[in-house]
Amino acid sequence: MKFSLEWLRYFLETEASVSEIAAKLNAIGIEVEDIEDPADRLEGFRVAEVLSAKPHPDADRLQVLTVNTGEGDPLQVVCGAPNARAGMKGVLGLPGAEVPVNGMKLRKSEIRGVESNGMMCSVRELELGEDHDGIIELPEDAPVGESFADYHGASPVFDVAITPNRPDCMGVYGIARDLAAAGMGTLKPLREHEIEAAFPCPVEIRTDDPEGCPAFYGRVIRGVTNGESPAWMQKRLLAAGQRPISALVDITNYMMLAFGRPAHVYDLAKLSGPVVARRAKDGEQVLALNEKTYTLDSSMTVIADDNGVHDIAGIMGGEDSSVQPGTTDVLLEIAYFDPERIGVTGRKLGIATDARTRFERGVDPAWLEEGLESLTSLIQRFCGGEASEIVRAGTPPTEPKVIAFDPGLTQRLGGVDVPEDEQKRILEALDFEVGAAWQVTCPLRRHDIEGPADLVEEVVRIHGLDNVESVALPRADGVARPTATPMQALERRLRRAAAARGLNEAVTWSFLPTGQAEHFAGEDPLWVLDNPISEDMKAMRPSLVPGLLSAAKRNSDRGAASSRLFEIGRRYLRARDGSSDEHSTLCVLLAGEKTPRGWNNGKAAMFDAFDGKAEAEALLAEAGAPVDKLMVMGEAGAQFHPGQSATLRLGPKNVLARFGALHPTILDAFDIDGPVVAVEIYLDAIPAKKGKQGFEKPDFAPPALQSVMRDFAFLVPKGLAAGDLLRAVKGADKANIVDARVFDVFEGQGVPEGKKSVAIEVTLQPSEKSFKDEDLKAISDKVVAAAAKQGAELRG
Amino acid sequence: MSDHDQMAQEATARIAASEDLTALEALRVEYLGKHGSVSALLKTLGKMSPEERQEKAPAIQGLRQTVADALASRKAELEAAELEERLASETLDLTLPAGAGPKGSIHPVSQVMDELAEIFADLGFAVATGPEIEDDWYNFTALNMPESHPARAMHDTFYFPDPAPKGGKMLLRTHTSPVQIRTMMDKGAPVRIIAPGRVYRSDSDATHTPMFHQIEGLVIDRDIHLGHLKWTLETFLKAFFETEDIVLRLRPSYFPFTEPSVEVDVGFAIENGKRILGGSGDEPGHGWMELLGSGMVNRRVIEFAGLDPDEWQGFAFGVGVDRLAMLKYGMDDLRAFFDGDTRWLEHYGFSALSQPTLSAGVGERA
Repeated sequence: MKFSLEWLRYFLETEASVSEIAAKLNAIGIEVEDIEDPADRLEGFRVAEVLSAKPHPDADRLQVLTVNTGEGDPLQVVCGAPNARAGMKGVLGLPGAEVPVNGMKLRKSEIRGVESNGMMCSVRELELGEDHDGIIELPEDAPVGESFADYHGASPVFDVAITPNRPDCMGVYGIARDLAAAGMGTLKPLREHEIEAAFPCPVEIRTDDPEGCPAFYGRVIRGVTNGESPAWMQKRLLAAGQRPISALVDITNYMMLAFGRPAHVYDLAKLSGPVVARRAKDGEQVLALNEKTYTLDSSMTVIADDNGVHDIAGIMGGEDSSVQPGTTDVLLEIAYFDPERIGVTGRKLGIATDARTRFERGVDPAWLEEGLESLTSLIQRFCGGEASEIVRAGTPPTEPKVIAFDPGLTQRLGGVDVPEDEQKRILEALDFEVGAAWQVTCPLRRHDIEGPADLVEEVVRIHGLDNVESVALPRADGVARPTATPMQALERRLRRAAAARGLNEAVTWSFLPTGQAEHFAGEDPLWVLDNPISEDMKAMRPSLVPGLLSAAKRNSDRGAASSRLFEIGRRYLRARDGSSDEHSTLCVLLAGEKTPRGWNNGKAAMFDAFDGKAEAEALLAEAGAPVDKLMVMGEAGAQFHPGQSATLRLGPKNVLARFGALHPTILDAFDIDGPVVAVEIYLDAIPAKKGKQGFEKPDFAPPALQSVMRDFAFLVPKGLAAGDLLRAVKGADKANIVDARVFDVFEGQGVPEGKKSVAIEVTLQPSEKSFKDEDLKAISDKVVAAAAKQGAELRG
Repeated sequence: MSDHDQMAQEATARIAASEDLTALEALRVEYLGKHGSVSALLKTLGKMSPEERQEKAPAIQGLRQTVADALASRKAELEAAELEERLASETLDLTLPAGAGPKGSIHPVSQVMDELAEIFADLGFAVATGPEIEDDWYNFTALNMPESHPARAMHDTFYFPDPAPKGGKMLLRTHTSPVQIRTMMDKGAPVRIIAPGRVYRSDSDATHTPMFHQIEGLVIDRDIHLGHLKWTLETFLKAFFETEDIVLRLRPSYFPFTEPSVEVDVGFAIENGKRILGGSGDEPGHGWMELLGSGMVNRRVIEFAGLDPDEWQGFAFGVGVDRLAMLKYGMDDLRAFFDGDTRWLEHYGFSALSQPTLSAGVGERA
C-alpha cells in the first residue's frame, strides 16, 4: 500500500523525518518496501511565467515564448501547446532536467532553426495525470521561480506491506494511529459530520442474507454533479497509485485508502425496486466494472434489485449501475460482509480487488454509521446534492472481545520487562480499553486479537523488539550429544562415499513431466498435481532416474563427454490408506565415456552395466549391507536393458538395489545417446545392524597357516550364471574353502558349441595343520562334485 | 719377466679389452675353465714335490688370482654399462598426462544442511523429518490456518486431486512447519528440533523456484520466550557465517502459527555487485535483507498438536537453506541449483572430505 507523507501528516501531527518514520514503521510491523520522493523526479522543473508568445517563423503549430524563470534574463522556449499564451503561468523544465514520463534529458537545442532553452510541460509529461491536451496552467498567484516540486507539494511516498492480520492498517488513518502509539506524533481526531437529512430514503434496503451480509446501511443523495475531484484528493490518490476517474469514484477510493473502508455508490437511475443483499442464484450473471461477465452461484452474496445483480458483494460493482459523468442521483452503500464468504467468492471468481482484500480480512464493524456520514459529507462538499435519511438493514457485530490479561505475560512470553503503566498506555493508544484487574476490551476493528499472546505482541512491537534482550537457551551438561537419526547418518555417509568415488551430487526437481514419470511408475498410481506450474513439473517422481537422466542429457547437449551424477532424495509412492509413502533413495547415473581416449589406452571406454554393479556394491558396502550375502537376480524393471541389468537382493523378496544399462526405448524417450547406466539403492531396504552396537571390534585373528590356491577350469552350459557356479564351489567345503573367484571366462575355439569355459581360483585355508595331498584331493573332489550339480565338468 | 708374469699381463689386457659378457665368458673358460690354461698350470702343482710346489705355487696362485680379479672387475663394468643402456632405453616422457580419476562433489544444499546440523547439534537440536506430500490439516489447519484463512491463498500451494485419508486435501507442503506438529504429536514436550527438507510453492524466477529447501527450528519448553529466540537466531547465524559482524533487525510480522511473530532481516553491504553480510543495513551503502520468519508458537498450534498451552510454550523459525547457501558461497541464480550441470556442480560443489565439523570450522573457505 502506498501513501504520501503529506497524507499521513493530515492525520498525524508529527515533526519526524521520512527516515525516522520509515524506521518506526518497520519497528512496529509495517514493513516499508520502498520510499519514493517525487521531488527527486521533479528536480529542474520550476514555476515560470510566459511573458510573450509569437508564432514560430517556420512551423505553423509551434510558438516561440519568452519565459520568466524568476532569475536572470527571460529564456526563449519553443512550445507546441495550443494553450501557451502570454501572461499564463506554467511549469518549465530547464536544461539538465529529466522528463519523468520518458526519462528524456532536456538540453539547449534548436527547433526548426529557433533556439529553445527548456520545455513547458504537460500534466502527463510530469506523470501527474493523463492530461496531454496542453501545458499545465498554474494559478495567477503561483510564485515565479519556485521549484515546482515545492509548489506542487510533492511529498515522499511510502510503499508499505500490510500483513493480512491488520486490515485496520489498510488505511492511512490506521497507520497514523499505530505511529502515534509508538511515539511518532499525535493522532488528529476525525472531523465530526452533521448531515442534514432532507427527505426519507426513497429506496427500500434489505438484507435477505444476514449470514453473508449482516449489515447494509444506505442513503440516497439527489442532485449531485459528478465532475472532477479536488486537486488535493487527486494528488493523494495519484501518490497511492490510484488514477483519478470522477469525483464520486475518487471519493469512494479515498474512503478506502484513508480509512480502509470500501463503500459503493450506485447510479440511482439504473436501479428499480428494493435493493437487497441476497445470495446469487446458481448461474446468475453480472457484467462487472472490469467489463468481464461473471457467472455466480448460490454460495455468493450479491447486492441486487428487481432487474438483477448490481454488485458482487464486497468484491466488485456492476457496470450497469456504475456512476457516470451525467449521474445526478445516487444510492450509497456501506455494508459489513462476512470475511470468510468474501474470501471464498473472491477465490472462486478469481477477482482480486482492494475492496476484497479489506472485506476478506475484516473491516471495522464499528464504523458503518460514521463511515456513511463521512462519505456523504465528502460527496456533498465536492458534488453537492441533498442527502436522505439513513436506512439501516441488519446490524454489524457489536460484541467486543474482552481478554483477561496478565501484564506479567509480556515478560514470560515476550522476554521484555515493560512497566505496567507503559503497557496500559500502549494498549489504550491503540484503542484497547484497559479495565479493572486488566480486563482488556478490544476495539472491534482488531479482528486479529484472539488472546493474551496477541496483547503481548501489541505491547512488544510498540515498545520495540530492539528492547528484547537475547537470552541463551539452557545448555545440557557436557559436550553436545549426537543428534542424527540412523537414516540421516546413512544418507550423510553415502553422500560423501559417492562423492569420494568421483560422482557429482545433483539435486533435481521432485516433479517430472507426466510422460517421463509414467515410464518409471510402479504399481502405485502417480501423484499428479492439480495445479502444476508447468506441464514439465506435474507428476511426483516414482524414481530418481528420470531427473538425473534429463540432467545428463542437458550436460551432453552442452558438449560434456560424460556425466557421473548421483542424488539422494525421495521417491513418492502411495501407502495403502492413500497417504504419501516416501522412500529415501540413492540414485547413480553414469552416461557416456567412462574414460576418454588417451595416449596410453587408445579409444574411449564407455560405461557398462559392470560400472553400475561396482557402484552399487561399493555403496551398499559403505552402507553396512552384507554385500557377500547379496543375490544377483533379474527383474530390474522394464526401464532397463533386459540382458544387462539386475537387482541385488537380500533374500528373494528384499530388493536393496537395481542397476544396469537403461533400455534403448528409455534413451529414445529422453533423447539421449547411450549407453547410460543407472543404479538405484533403496536406503530404507538396507537392514539396520542388529542389537546394541558397541565400539569394540572383534579380535584380530589371522590364520596361523598359509592359505593354498587351487585353480579349476570347468566347461559349463553357456546359459549358466557364473554366480551360481561360484556359489556352488564356495559351498562345496565350507570348513576349508574361504574364497573363490572367477579369473577367466572363455567361449570359442576349443570349447564345444553351447558351452563356455569358466576358470575359478579357490582359496583353501588350513586350520590346525597343513593340508596333505589326500586332503587336497578330497577337497578338489568335493568342488568338482558340487560344480557338476550345476552342469559343470572339469576341463581335461 | 717370468712366463707367469707375461701370461698375467696378456690375460688382463685381453680381459680389459673384452667387449661384452659373452666374450668375457669365453676368456674365463679359456683361462679358468676346466681346460683353461691357468687351470692347467694349477693342475701341475699336484704333481710337484713339496719343495718345488713351495717354490712355484705362489706365482701360479697369484696368476689365478690376478686373472679372476680381472674377470670380476671387467664383469662388473660390463654389467653396469649394460644396465645403463637398458635404463636409457626405458626412459618415459613424463610430460605426458597421468591418468586422472574423476573428482566427485557434494551439492551446496547438502553441504549447508550438514553445516546447520552441526551447529544445531551443538545447541542441542535433534533433526526431525516429515513427509513432503502432506494433507492440509498438517500444512495449514493445525498451524492455525483454517480453510478460509487468507494466508492459505498467499502460500501458492500445489494441490493433488486425491482426497486425504483423514479428509481434506493432499498437497505439497509449503513449509517445513508441519514437522512441528508431527514432532509434538509423536514426542510430546519438551522439544528441541530442526527439520530440514524440500518445500514447494507455485512460484518461479531467479530467486524463487517451485521447489526449495527450508530448515525449521522448534523449541518447546516451560519458560522459553522471545529473548531465547533472538539469542538462538543470532548465535546460529554468527556460527554459520563464522563472523561476529552479523547485525539483525527484528520486525514484528504476522504468521498464523506464531504470536508474537517476528521477521528477521540481516544487514549487508554491496561489494562488486554481490551482497556481503555484515554491518547494519542502515549504514551508507548497506541494506537489509529478509532472511527468515519466526515467532512464539501460537497456543492454538500447541493445542492442535495435543499439548497443554498453559504448560508449554516456545518458539519456531523457518529459514531458506538455498538462500543461506547463496549468501555464504556467492551463487546468484537459484534455478542453477537444480539443473545438474556438471560444470556448476564442480564449481560450487564441495569435496567429499569437507565434512563440516565444529573443530575445523563448519564453513569451507574459498
